[in-house]
Amino acid sequence: MDFIISFIEQGLIYGVLALGVYITYKILDFPDLSVDGTFPLGASVTATLIVRGVNPYLTLLIAFAVGVAAGICTGLIHVKCQVRDLLAGIIMMTALWTINLRIAGTANVPMLSQQTIFKNDMLNSIIPSGISGYVKLLMIVILALVCKLLMDGYLKTKSGYLLRAVGDNDVLVTSLAKDQGNVKILGLAIANGLVALAGSMFCQYQRVFDISMGTGAVVIGLASVIIGTSILKKLTFFKPTSAVLLGAVIYMACVAMALKKCTPQDTKLITAILLLAVLVISHGRRKKVKTNA
Amino acid sequence: MLELNNIHKLYNPGTVNEICLFDNFNLTVNKGEFVSVVGSNGSGKTSMLNIICGSIPIDSGSILVKDKDITREKEYKRNERIGRVYQNPAMGTCPSMTILENMSLADNKGKSYGLSRGTNKDRIDYYKQILSQLNLGLEDKINIKVGSLSGGQRQAMALLMSTMTPIEFLILDEHTAALDPKTAELIMELTDRLIREKDLTTIMVTHNLRYAIEYGSRLIMMHQGECVLDKAGEEKQNMSTEDVLRLFNEISIECGN
Repeated sequence: MDFIISFIEQGLIYGVLALGVYITYKILDFPDLSVDGTFPLGASVTATLIVRGVNPYLTLLIAFAVGVAAGICTGLIHVKCQVRDLLAGIIMMTALWTINLRIAGTANVPMLSQQTIFKNDMLNSIIPSGISGYVKLLMIVILALVCKLLMDGYLKTKSGYLLRAVGDNDVLVTSLAKDQGNVKILGLAIANGLVALAGSMFCQYQRVFDISMGTGAVVIGLASVIIGTSILKKLTFFKPTSAVLLGAVIYMACVAMALKKCTPQDTKLITAILLLAVLVISHGRRKKVKTNA
Repeated sequence: MLELNNIHKLYNPGTVNEICLFDNFNLTVNKGEFVSVVGSNGSGKTSMLNIICGSIPIDSGSILVKDKDITREKEYKRNERIGRVYQNPAMGTCPSMTILENMSLADNKGKSYGLSRGTNKDRIDYYKQILSQLNLGLEDKINIKVGSLSGGQRQAMALLMSTMTPIEFLILDEHTAALDPKTAELIMELTDRLIREKDLTTIMVTHNLRYAIEYGSRLIMMHQGECVLDKAGEEKQNMSTEDVLRLFNEISIECGN
């Protein structure tokens, strides 16, 4: 039972990250590698603030804001400096490594006794002791659902329509008298905000910030999005956002199962092989607009 | 209305592949005119449209709309006043969004795309009404994705979407070229009707000489970055497809085609 709960918890935290990756990879058609940097960015900011006694719930918002800023940087590098999408992400990812170290001060910040969103005086006083074992799960489910619902709502707004249009057909956005570059930057900002938020949740969950925790984050995000959108595609009653969250849980379950037979050193290899398997099964990226006239 | 003054445009300047497309090119389009532009490949028709819309920069010269200089204005800014339909039917719509969402997007052109609801429910009846004018049955499937429509249906939608909001100019870039003859005919009739209804100033590039003769109030033939034929009003009415074809052939022979 603990085993199941732990991969659901981790899956849903990575699900928030996957929601961000869904925006860049599926909606914007922008393979954004800066995710590997913004995930630990959210974590380093959170760890630093929590060690200094800031309210853990407030750190979620701050982490989101910092992620938004990083996303804007990736967007500006891509749009204004006209650097290709992959390279813009790699540049940001590399730069963020140092920035994360600077923010955290060291490569590893433990939070053993500090209050987190999962364990604090306020929760202790309102949650009956009988279900205290499920507080983490409850908290993560609530946060993931809030993110999903907000994103569903946003995608139905005019701004959300424009975001979907720009990845689909950026010529049309220009025809609608809107600067397509700005729309892309907006999308990257929201996406990386969500990723940093997931980073913040993850470091409070693990009670530690580690500089290398971002390595492979983009792979987990991509795998979740692809599992969610292609394997669950046939179940049309699922919104894509729900499918992505579920995809992340399925993916973490696969990793957890694989890890039972292996040692933690094998994690990244298993992660990579699973992504490959998912890609092969689902036939990879969709075709761009221009090719299906 | 629209003035292109002394336009110079070099492609690949400073290299062995340097090509001078426009050298002192001038064109004036009056309000309400429907200009058909014909010419061989590489004669500068599409480049001219791109220059008007701001898709490609010019080396020197000026572009004026209603006596206002827009030469330095960005492409997306100019599009507030311009509607454009491309040769590729996929360029005018979003395939992964539904017909209704596409119509809503187009309906909001010129306004801000903020956090209000993307589709205004009160407008759905209006969208259905204008879709029903196409006689393609699209009004009954407004919740299906545009990606599953045929090229002709998409082009009809693109045409509707680009003329939905008040615009000063309609730019048609070989917008029937990718369609089968029957659909092309249908789209051309629709184009003509929309232009008349909304009294739009239009520039249409086409390879179909018959459309150029049949439709529009003015005919221009371009060759190597210049207008070699420019007929309007009665002069144009009296021209036949044969006349245009003859001239077209003469030019082509000069080039050794």
